[in-house]
Amino acid sequence: MVPLTWYLGVAAILFCVGVFGVLARKNAIAVLMSIELMLNAVNINLVAFWRYLEPDKMAGQAFAAFVFIVAAAEAAVGLALIISVYRNRSTVDVENVDLLKW
Amino acid sequence: MTTLQVMFVLVGLITVAGGLYTVLARNLFHAALGLVVSLAGVASLYALMEAAFLAAAQVLIYIGAIAVLIIFAVMLTEGVMGKRPRANDQWGYSIVVALGLLAVLLVTLYRFDWPQAAPAAVPADSIVRLGKALVEPDLYVLPFEVASVLLVAALIGSIYIARDKRVEK
Repeated sequence: MVPLTWYLGVAAILFCVGVFGVLARKNAIAVLMSIELMLNAVNINLVAFWRYLEPDKMAGQAFAAFVFIVAAAEAAVGLALIISVYRNRSTVDVENVDLLKW
Repeated sequence: MTTLQVMFVLVGLITVAGGLYTVLARNLFHAALGLVVSLAGVASLYALMEAAFLAAAQVLIYIGAIAVLIIFAVMLTEGVMGKRPRANDQWGYSIVVALGLLAVLLVTLYRFDWPQAAPAAVPADSIVRLGKALVEPDLYVLPFEVASVLLVAALIGSIYIARDKRVEK
């Protein structure tokens, strides 16, 4: 039996890798990929808690399914925005998209 | 170390290695492939936790749709060229923040008093229960329907945003 803390540890490491990617990458698509890593880490946590604490109720799996759905919707809209920005500005660097910066 | 624990360590290492490759790769297409490896590792973790439906859904939705969509976007923009610096000016602070967050999370995890009993068995009809939970009126039918409306809205919105406006000229 794998202890619960091992799953939570893997999820924590994956989440922090995603945090680093969001903060440090220049390309907007790379930032979106790091956000997907963070969402997957959260899902691992949810399913681990479902498995180890209450496997007969489906709350954990249902919550994880909703996170799937929201992540898919967000990835689609985010990538559409990036493609639109690229068409108008010919760049996807997050440092160049700064028209609203004071 | 039982066989299950060895398998878990291998799958966990693959998942984290894929994630590290995603955030560190210079070539954006390689980063997308690293993301695919990481997502496959997460699907294997779901299978290890006996969440069969979620493992299949992960492969279908994340790898089959989201990762492919990301690769499309990489191809449609110019990001594949790998000779430019991949990190922005704040990468030093980012490493500090990420490691600090990891330290806080791991310390909290290992100090907490988790229930030590062996986990109860997963019921044999867990997929049936999940399906029923998603449509039962006093369980999760409302978030389920709202999620489908969200998907339709996201679909229409992203088609409109990404549409090529030169066609009308």
